[in-house]
Amino acid sequence: MNLDTSILTLIIFAPLVGAIVLALLPDRGKTMQWGALIVTLITFGLTLHLPAHFQSGMPAGSFQFVTDLPWIAAPAIRYHLGVDGMSMWLTVLTGFLAPLGVLASWNTISERKKTFYVFFLLQQVAMLGIFAALDLFLYYAFWELSLVPMTLLIATFGRTAARRDAAAKYFLYAFIPSAMLLVGMIWLYAQTGTFDLPKLASLAASHGISSNSAALWLCSLAFLLAFAVKVPVFPLHGWLKDAIAEAPTAAVMVLAGKTGLYSILRFSFAIFPDESHRIAPLMIALGAIGVVYGALIALTQNNMKHLAAYSTLGHLSIITLGIFTFTIAGVDGGIYQILNHGISGGALFILMGILYERYGTYDMRDYGGLAATLPWMVTLYVITTLSVVGLPGLNSFVGEFLVLSGTMQATIAEHHVLWTVIATSGVIFGAAYMLVMIQRVFYGPASNPNGSAPRDLDAREHLALWPMVAVMVVMGVLSPYWIGSIDPNGVAISHQTSSSTSAPQQHFRRAENAPAYARDITSASATQGVK
Amino acid sequence: MNPQLLWLIPLLPFTGFLINGTVGRKLPRAAVSGIALLCTAIPAIIVATLWASILGGGSGILAVASAPWIQVTGFSVNFAFAVDHLTAIMLAVVTGVGFLIHLYSVGYMAHEDGYWRFFAYLNLFMFFMSVLVLSDSFLLLFVGWEGVGLASYLLIGFYFTKTAAANAGKKAFIVNRVGDFGFLLAMFLLIQHFGSLNFSTVFSSISASSTQGGFLTAIALLLVVGAAGKSAQIPLYVWLPDAMEGPTPVSALIHAATMVTAGIYMVCRCHTLFDRSPYALGVVAIIGALTAIFAASIGMVQNDIKRVLAYSTVSQLGYMFLACGVGAYTAAIFHVMTHAFFKALLFLAAGSVIHALSGEQDMRVMGGLRKKIPVTFWTMLMGVIAIAGIPPWAGFFSKDEILYRVFVSDNPIGKLLWLVGLVTAGMTSFYMFRLLFKTFFGEQRFAEHAGAGHGHHDDAHAGHGHGVHESPWIMLFPLVVLALLSIVGGWIGVPKALGGSNEIEHFLDPVFGGGVELAKSAAGASEIGLAVVSVVVALLGLAVAYFLYVVKPGTAGAFAQKAKPLYELVLNKFYIDEIYNAIFVTGLLGLTTALFRSVIDFGLVDGSGWAASNGAKGLASVTRKMQSGNIRSYAGWLALGAAAVIAIMIFGLHNIS
Repeated sequence: MNLDTSILTLIIFAPLVGAIVLALLPDRGKTMQWGALIVTLITFGLTLHLPAHFQSGMPAGSFQFVTDLPWIAAPAIRYHLGVDGMSMWLTVLTGFLAPLGVLASWNTISERKKTFYVFFLLQQVAMLGIFAALDLFLYYAFWELSLVPMTLLIATFGRTAARRDAAAKYFLYAFIPSAMLLVGMIWLYAQTGTFDLPKLASLAASHGISSNSAALWLCSLAFLLAFAVKVPVFPLHGWLKDAIAEAPTAAVMVLAGKTGLYSILRFSFAIFPDESHRIAPLMIALGAIGVVYGALIALTQNNMKHLAAYSTLGHLSIITLGIFTFTIAGVDGGIYQILNHGISGGALFILMGILYERYGTYDMRDYGGLAATLPWMVTLYVITTLSVVGLPGLNSFVGEFLVLSGTMQATIAEHHVLWTVIATSGVIFGAAYMLVMIQRVFYGPASNPNGSAPRDLDAREHLALWPMVAVMVVMGVLSPYWIGSIDPNGVAISHQTSSSTSAPQQHFRRAENAPAYARDITSASATQGVK
Repeated sequence: MNPQLLWLIPLLPFTGFLINGTVGRKLPRAAVSGIALLCTAIPAIIVATLWASILGGGSGILAVASAPWIQVTGFSVNFAFAVDHLTAIMLAVVTGVGFLIHLYSVGYMAHEDGYWRFFAYLNLFMFFMSVLVLSDSFLLLFVGWEGVGLASYLLIGFYFTKTAAANAGKKAFIVNRVGDFGFLLAMFLLIQHFGSLNFSTVFSSISASSTQGGFLTAIALLLVVGAAGKSAQIPLYVWLPDAMEGPTPVSALIHAATMVTAGIYMVCRCHTLFDRSPYALGVVAIIGALTAIFAASIGMVQNDIKRVLAYSTVSQLGYMFLACGVGAYTAAIFHVMTHAFFKALLFLAAGSVIHALSGEQDMRVMGGLRKKIPVTFWTMLMGVIAIAGIPPWAGFFSKDEILYRVFVSDNPIGKLLWLVGLVTAGMTSFYMFRLLFKTFFGEQRFAEHAGAGHGHHDDAHAGHGHGVHESPWIMLFPLVVLALLSIVGGWIGVPKALGGSNEIEHFLDPVFGGGVELAKSAAGASEIGLAVVSVVVALLGLAVAYFLYVVKPGTAGAFAQKAKPLYELVLNKFYIDEIYNAIFVTGLLGLTTALFRSVIDFGLVDGSGWAASNGAKGLASVTRKMQSGNIRSYAGWLALGAAAVIAIMIFGLHNIS
């Protein structure tokens, strides 16, 4: 068997094997930590095979490292794996974050370590599976699998007594829409006789899934709702604050964002192109509002984790905004921003976890003046903050800039200029709450929340943080390396607007707004001509 | 000159930042400052060779580019630098004045903790500032733009244990972000309309088209928002006075000579765009004139020596904005240059005074320092005369050029703007001589051994109280150099009417081209007349200050008592900070807490989640009855459920449509 065709299987099941091994090993000393670290490092090493052997310049919609084997004959379910540029980088990101999550949990998780690391590795399996699966049913198995370890991690290793409620909330929020997703999938199968994503996508492109547009519309909503809750998209973020506040650092790092956004891009957009365009103006609005809403509420928080929860909401909103613009810049930037959010958000959560480990509180009112005694801590915290607020030269700026410039061109939404203005104002509020946090924790007169001697970062913490900081800088300066393989996704998705969107209501809408667009288009083409 | 050398201009300071920022803490002070000085001296030398080649007849047009920084289908931006005559002037100011201030800092910061941190940040600033002026595109300019803001944030908050300093740094960054908001939107519109952010692509497209106003006005106005943030114009000037919390060399370098002129540089760089929008230019002119007179009025009554200089900076930046607003870009850049000389000098001299008094900044407890610190006095005097606009010092030529251009401009209220500028000139002369007289003349109002803890120190530069003393040579040398430049720096722009040849105008002709043809040819006589008027006004300001603070000290206090409400209003800076605070901080936070947090997030988002989960619980209590524990009955339910779902999906939904 060729490594290229089996690599995705190896990547997905390496953590599973690791979890089984850990479950069999005795929980003594640091066995669990070392075991999990080795497994996650091996997995990460395997994921690096993908970018090393990825063929760039392939036509959009083609997958690489494909495995396609029959699994169940009837209904026709296949073991179909494969990645394109977008899912490849998400796989690498998942692999990259896992060992760092283990390092961040090294001392924090001191009891029931076996349970923790086994669940943690199962969570890995589920996420890696989600990014690689190209068969809807296989995908759904991983999707549901991802729910269980996360819920148990929150319920078992939560910080306060509220952990059970938080876990229940998370589970209900995710599970109920997932049930609708299942119904939608079964309906799709009943219509087409296949769960295979590439087949469904090509059927969708030729409007061959169903002639019943109302049923398609409902089905697309079932898909979108399940994904949007998981992101979460404003205002479906009811579970986010409690889950983030309770979940241990390693779980928080992978809690929100990636899987939901990826699923929208991969499944909603591919199977329901017309329906996705139809709902795009609403999603653009929700995204733009979410940016400002998240940032403003973050500004009023005293608890760092709550602040980070709303900050997460704001940053995920900008990605939602970007991908629903159906412009190249918006989609490319949105996908890039998923990666960036994984890095910068992850680093922020690790840093907060380190503070909590030392001082036993997330309440900023207990902090102050730590900069004087923890110089490395403040350095890395400030760099991470600058990444989060989108300082040019660091990673997030590239993504946010592309998203917002894409929004300005998103003629799919009637008031796209307004939404651009609203979303862009997030740069002010985003900087405000992050700098307020820096000031409250690190500046001003010195404090010592629980009387312990000041202890700057140790070697393990340096090891967990510096790779992330390095990636922030490299992704901020050399973005074409990543965007080059993401760009075909952006091109394919944005071209849906012109080619497959021949639904009559779209033309009607276009015509309705002709004056506004016509002006823009003519002036743009005039200047183009001039060039 | 080899264009590849351009990369070194920003990269060397960045190297210095990396070295001092990582291992600087463990290095001896001499090594820290040595690295920082070397990493700013070499770029200054490179710029000097650039100038040598320009003065030797070279074109001075250079460009280098690297691989793309951001690239998606249909849009890309490179790391690319370009040098023209405008950039050459800015580079000379940035690297030259920057090096002098690094030198000064070696002495000024000698007794401070965090020496390594200071020089690391200062080098970081030099990195971003050179990127800003070298950049070939809006986006790379924005990198420098945000980066200097970051350096400014870090340096204002250098004494981070002081709440005031931490607040000031945060305020500077956030207010600047308001400006960046405008800048970003302008760039999005540029991408939309031109598909590019390269200066050459955008400006040649504009030149080649005949578009007037319209979306160009929108872009220009959004850029003005950005410029108003960085260059501290109404309504975004509020961060600059507070920025004086930073160490004094920082105030000189960042908050007077270089960073704050970035907005003016940007407007001048985009003159092709602004020339197409008389409306936007008018807005620039009015903002500039208002800021000039408004800040000058506040500067007249401040007692903190650095605050006077800060408001003076805001006011002078207003002049430069005004110049841009009437299309006199050369005059604006000329004033950027002379202002960099004399305002850096004034700040550094003020720093020397503060140094001498071991941290004291309140002019009410200064006085009579002329004999104690003579070098500081004489150099500062040069700066004061220069800014007051008395010939032949540098400030006279640049300011007078601006006033003259405003007077002859096409702006319908040009004469009014000129009058505002003229009055401001008188006020400037007054408050600067007031500062000089209060500090150096009259009786000593300070304790001879002023030590730490004396009075209030806006600058934490205290703690080595060993009597009033002149500063060491490493601080005085930059003062002397800048004093000389403050005298002769204007001579490259002596107008024809005064017998000069206005070299700077010819020098910048390739950049600003036809924009400067505005000058009415027959205006020679009126130009001389206007110059006489402004000199008279400047001397009047000097005379009033001399009368109030030297001849009859105490008269000013009596005036203030008579017009107490007005005096209080101006002294408290028209309560602008308080008003902003009430609206944008208290108001916004209150609204967020009351509406977003309580009603929407807790009420709607959480509430609906709660309702859903309770609904689910209710449903669960019903369905629990179905959980008999009998496997066969589960299988039955499952089959029934699946059948129902499929039935509904296949048959039910067909009926909907």
